[in-house]
Parts: sequence; C-alpha cells; structure tokens
Amino acid sequence: MHIDRRELLKLLGLGGVVLGSGLPGFSLAAGKGKVAEDFFFLQLSDTHWGFSGPPNPEADRTLKQVVQTVNATKAKPDFVVFTGDLTHTTDDDALRRKRMGEFKAIVSGLHVSKLIFLPGEHDASLDKGQAYQENFGALHQSFQHKGVHFIALDNVSDPSGAVGDTQIDWLKSELGKLDKDAPIVVLTHRPLFDLYPQWDWATADGAKVISVLEPYRHLTVFYGHIHQENHRMTGHIAHHSAKSLMFPLPAPGSVPKRQPIPWDPQHPARGLGYREVEVAAKTAEVKLEEYDVKGARV
Amino acid sequence: MFGVTLALVGSTGTGATQISSPRTIKITAKKFEYSPAEVHLKRGEHVVLELTSLDRKHGFKLPELGIRADVPAGTTARIEVTAEKAGRFPFACDVFCGDGHEDMTGTLVVDP
Repeated sequence: MHIDRRELLKLLGLGGVVLGSGLPGFSLAAGKGKVAEDFFFLQLSDTHWGFSGPPNPEADRTLKQVVQTVNATKAKPDFVVFTGDLTHTTDDDALRRKRMGEFKAIVSGLHVSKLIFLPGEHDASLDKGQAYQENFGALHQSFQHKGVHFIALDNVSDPSGAVGDTQIDWLKSELGKLDKDAPIVVLTHRPLFDLYPQWDWATADGAKVISVLEPYRHLTVFYGHIHQENHRMTGHIAHHSAKSLMFPLPAPGSVPKRQPIPWDPQHPARGLGYREVEVAAKTAEVKLEEYDVKGARV
Repeated sequence: MFGVTLALVGSTGTGATQISSPRTIKITAKKFEYSPAEVHLKRGEHVVLELTSLDRKHGFKLPELGIRADVPAGTTARIEVTAEKAGRFPFACDVFCGDGHEDMTGTLVVDP
C-alpha cells in the first residue's frame, strides 16, 4: 500500500478542500449558492480481459491485482473511468459476452461509488456495440460531477474509427448548453488527433470533433488505445493517453510493427499502470499522477 | 463492383502526367494480412493498386501519400498512385477486423 500526497492531506485533515472563486468557469461550475470542490478520479484503460499470450503471462491476474491495489489505498477516488478495450476482442459473440461478464464481476469489486465505462474497438467494433450496450449501457454519454462536465465519446463502434455526424451533432448540443469557460473533461478511447495514423492511432473524423471542442477554453481530453502515456496539445487542448493494464506498446513509429513490448520476467508488469487525475474545480486544471499495478508512483 | 480511384500527385510532382496504361499491382486483403505485404514501385511511376478483399470489409490507409479506401468483402478497390518521393511508406487496415487487426500492415516501397 502506498500513501500519496492526497492521503497525507486527508490524514492531516486537509482533504476535500472547498474552494470559492470568481475565476472564469467557477460560477458555472458551482451553480448558485454552491461552491466548487476539488476531487480526483482514476483512469484505467485497455484491460483487454480475455487476452492470453506471452506479452502478459499474468493476464488473468493483472486486473484483479489493480483492483486490490486501488482498494488498499485509503483515499478513495470519486469514481473510476475505464477508457475502452475492457475486453479483448473475439469473433465469438457468446465468448465476448462471457468476457464482459467476467470483467464486470472483477471491477465491481472496486470500493468506489461510481464506475464509468467507455467502449474500445475490441469491445464494440465487430458487433457495432451490441454486446457492450447490453453490459455497460450507452456507447456515449455525458454527466456532471462537482461542477465539471464530462463527455464520453464513442469513436469505436463504427469499425472505421469515426465518431460520426449523429454523435457530433449530439456533442454540439451538449456543449451548446455550456459557457465557453466551463470546465470540461472529454473521454475517448482512440486519440482524437492524428497521433500516428500509420498504426491507426487516430480518429477518422477527429479533426471535425476537435473543431467542435476548440471554442471551449477549459477542456482536457483523456484517452487510451495506445497502451502508453502520451501527452500532446492541439491548440489549447491537452490530450493525455493512459497506460494499458495488459501489455505496453512501443512509442509511435519507433519500430516497424506495433507489436506488444515483450514481458520482462526481471520486471513483471513493467509499462502497465493506471492514472490518478486531480481536478481543481475552480480553474478546471488537472494534475496527473501515474501508478504501476502495485500502486507505486512512477 | 465497388471501386475507389484516387489520382495522386507526388509531393515534388511537376504536373507531368503519364497517360500510358499504368502498371497494375494486385493486392489481396484477408484477416489479417495483405498479400503481398510489401509493394515496390519506382519513383515517378504511375501505378494502380488493385485491392481485393477475400473475406470481410477491410480498409487501406497510407497516410503519407494521403490514401485511404474501403475494401468491402468480395470487391476490388482501384487506387491510382504516382509517388514522386522515394522511401518506405507503411500502410495498414483501418477498419477493425478482429483479433489480429493490429498486425494487418504493409509497406509501399518507392525505389529511387
């Protein structure tokens, strides 16, 4: 078990600091008569439940280990978000549903009050999200948490990796309700920008999506798909990818083939991990902390 | 028959267009490979890539030359290419096709 800075603040009685401010975004975030509150959530990604092979000889244990790690941490996140590829793909519809059921059973053991799921192409591309919706609900969604607007986009149930005009219209409608200074977090599976399209690390109509997001001044994107950390700006929008919990992939374009980085018995689970995201409600600023599967900060 | 035709001008192209019949390079696509996976053409050569899917819908994306096409099952996509720049240009399937999709890649080699 690790004790991080947040836990230390809790132990010192300084956790859950209540903020009040007249800064842009605050009044909309908090609403009348309320104050915005800092919080943190965890991003877990690309768990690929059902995968087996040399890239992870502990494939049936890694996710369970992370659940234990998170549960052993005293400071609890407000929620956990899974940014896609919850399960490893299969052509067998029954097996897909079985993997989803197993995944749900494991993560339901997380001692948190709320779980947010997004589909990845491994979950949703082969059947256009049918099994995913049966198990996890809507393919895209929005919600508010402590004054911050979260928008989860589906860029995988279309096997060509597009968001599509219908969902973009929905996105415009959701954003249209908000002030341009509102604090917004966008969640996706694939990168919205052309990170490395040679490896299909892109969203087919991502440029269109980003143009819709651009007017919003306090907006951050979190995604998965590439099985590694990557931090990139498009204009003023920061895009942060998360590590996988099954196998890491090489840096974009660093090798001819996007094959998993081989498992290192000397350093089991190296390159795997999850992320803590602290959100400062008054400024919509986010702070990231990365952890390995045992909960050590990396 | 479904067909896609893209007439491309290379990055250093002068606008000179070959009007003679271009060479056709046949490529098959199936889970989870292109065959051949490495395609050669000469710098400045005008060719047609003729892609046929043998099983299900695949994609063909070659970002550095601005090429992308759908290749539905049992159909052939025709893509005209004139590459003026020598080099190795990776292409990949960009329509998710199953466990092995990530391995479905190839290289277009433009020889000097």
